[in-house]
Amino acid sequence: MIAVENISKNFGVTKAVQDISFKVEKGDVLGFLGPNGAGKSTTMRILTCYISADSGTASVAGFNIHENPVEVRRKIGYLPENNPLYMDMGLLEYVKFIAQMRNIPKAAVRSRVEQVIGMCGLESELSKDVGELSKGFRQRLGLAQALVHDPEVLILDEPTIGLDPHQIIEIRNLIKAIGREKTIILSSHILPEVSATCDRVLIINKGKLVGSGTPQELASMSHGGQVIMAGIRGPQQEVLAGLKGIDKLTDIKHLGEADGIHRFELRSDSVEELSEEVFFMVARSGWSLTELYRKSINLEDVFLDLTTREAQ
Amino acid sequence: MKNIINIFWKEFKGYFSSPVAYIFIISFLVVTTWLYSRTFFLANQASLRGFFGLLPWVFLFLAPAITMRSWAEEKKLGTIEILMTLPVKEWEIVIGKFLACFVFLVLTLCLTCPLPITVMLLGNPDLGPIWGGYAGAFLLGGAYLAIGLFASSLTENQIVAFIVAIIICFAFLIIGETFVLMNVPQALVPVFSYLGLGSHFQSIGRGVIDSRDLLYYLSVIGFFLYLNQVSVESRKWK
Repeated sequence: MIAVENISKNFGVTKAVQDISFKVEKGDVLGFLGPNGAGKSTTMRILTCYISADSGTASVAGFNIHENPVEVRRKIGYLPENNPLYMDMGLLEYVKFIAQMRNIPKAAVRSRVEQVIGMCGLESELSKDVGELSKGFRQRLGLAQALVHDPEVLILDEPTIGLDPHQIIEIRNLIKAIGREKTIILSSHILPEVSATCDRVLIINKGKLVGSGTPQELASMSHGGQVIMAGIRGPQQEVLAGLKGIDKLTDIKHLGEADGIHRFELRSDSVEELSEEVFFMVARSGWSLTELYRKSINLEDVFLDLTTREAQ
Repeated sequence: MKNIINIFWKEFKGYFSSPVAYIFIISFLVVTTWLYSRTFFLANQASLRGFFGLLPWVFLFLAPAITMRSWAEEKKLGTIEILMTLPVKEWEIVIGKFLACFVFLVLTLCLTCPLPITVMLLGNPDLGPIWGGYAGAFLLGGAYLAIGLFASSLTENQIVAFIVAIIICFAFLIIGETFVLMNVPQALVPVFSYLGLGSHFQSIGRGVIDSRDLLYYLSVIGFFLYLNQVSVESRKWK
């Protein structure tokens, strides 16, 4: 549905996007993850033909962004960063204006506008001006605007930014519901959001693609192994020597000591179960084990790992 | 064409969604009528020449005030990103916006119709210069508006857009004035006099619409609308 090939864009000396390529299949929900200023918005603006790439090309629903920008825009529903809206228009007037500009036949405008307003839960606000709406309703209006022409592709730039947790869940559910039929790209710098809504994630940092895959794949890709937390009661040096005796452990971190219990974070590249070995080592030595569990790696760790690895 | 009409209506309604439009219209009517009627009874002539003589100077402030918001506001709110990702071409939006402010200006000028009616009641004026004067005012106003739209597309600050528009309009207005023509090298006089916005206005105002004057105004409008389009498109390459 969307194919991006080697796109680059510079703003003066800043390399906003460097050589990014990816593909999105029909019906997929793709998440862009990255710190602020990573190039997420720039990539989206290139895809919606708001700005042009310096090099590289992309196609949306079979139309090339350089050759057929108007057709590309026709296929896309777009919610730009910070959700800009015409503050002095009426809510209904605004959605109608977008519907007309989106070439919806005159006879269908009314029913389509009503449909999309119902979908986004805006019925209670119909008589208001855009400027009078609360933040949550403005965000819904931004989505309504993007959905009014029933586009094949939706591009949403930080759709839940600045909302309260309750509203975030509502918008997220809305996106999930829409995502069953449409191809969606959304960006965020909030991890739970991406793992909650997306089938696939691209991690972007400083304009470069640093990782991609399903949320699960990314989690295992980051360390490729496991992290075990252990609490052991015993003499520090000997316990440490004992842990070093387990050769599959690649990294042993002493986290601290309280009441004679030493806590360790143990890392390993292998996927074999290591908790047992730790248990037997402790049991053989006659010490005691106060805790032992495998830490699950979440996207947060992957994100920090992938985005800081670059800096080091 | 449909896109242009949609943009036109959105912009045109936008003028009336705040009291600003009414304030513009009323202050324009009050100022021009006042300045004109101050000398009208003294001159004791049933003619609107004084009124049309004022217009290039009053428009100098009115036209930039109409256009200053057009692009600057879109840039400031970020709505330009909504507009430019709709399936329309840049020039369609430029034309739509131009038509909206042009119709607004025409509407304002039409509201001055009590003046010619009064003059006709009081005396027996020559109708040629009156029709010519209005035709010239539409064309001159159109040129000012095209310049103003271009200035608005350069910035996201309305005040800057307003002042830049006045400066460019003023420059184009005075280069055709006798005072300037006397002080430029002889070889440049025909060029300057041709480029001046005011001299063409005066020749149309005599009641004779010459195709050269018409062509001149249409080229000025076309040129600045083209610059406007380039300026809007330049966001892509920055």
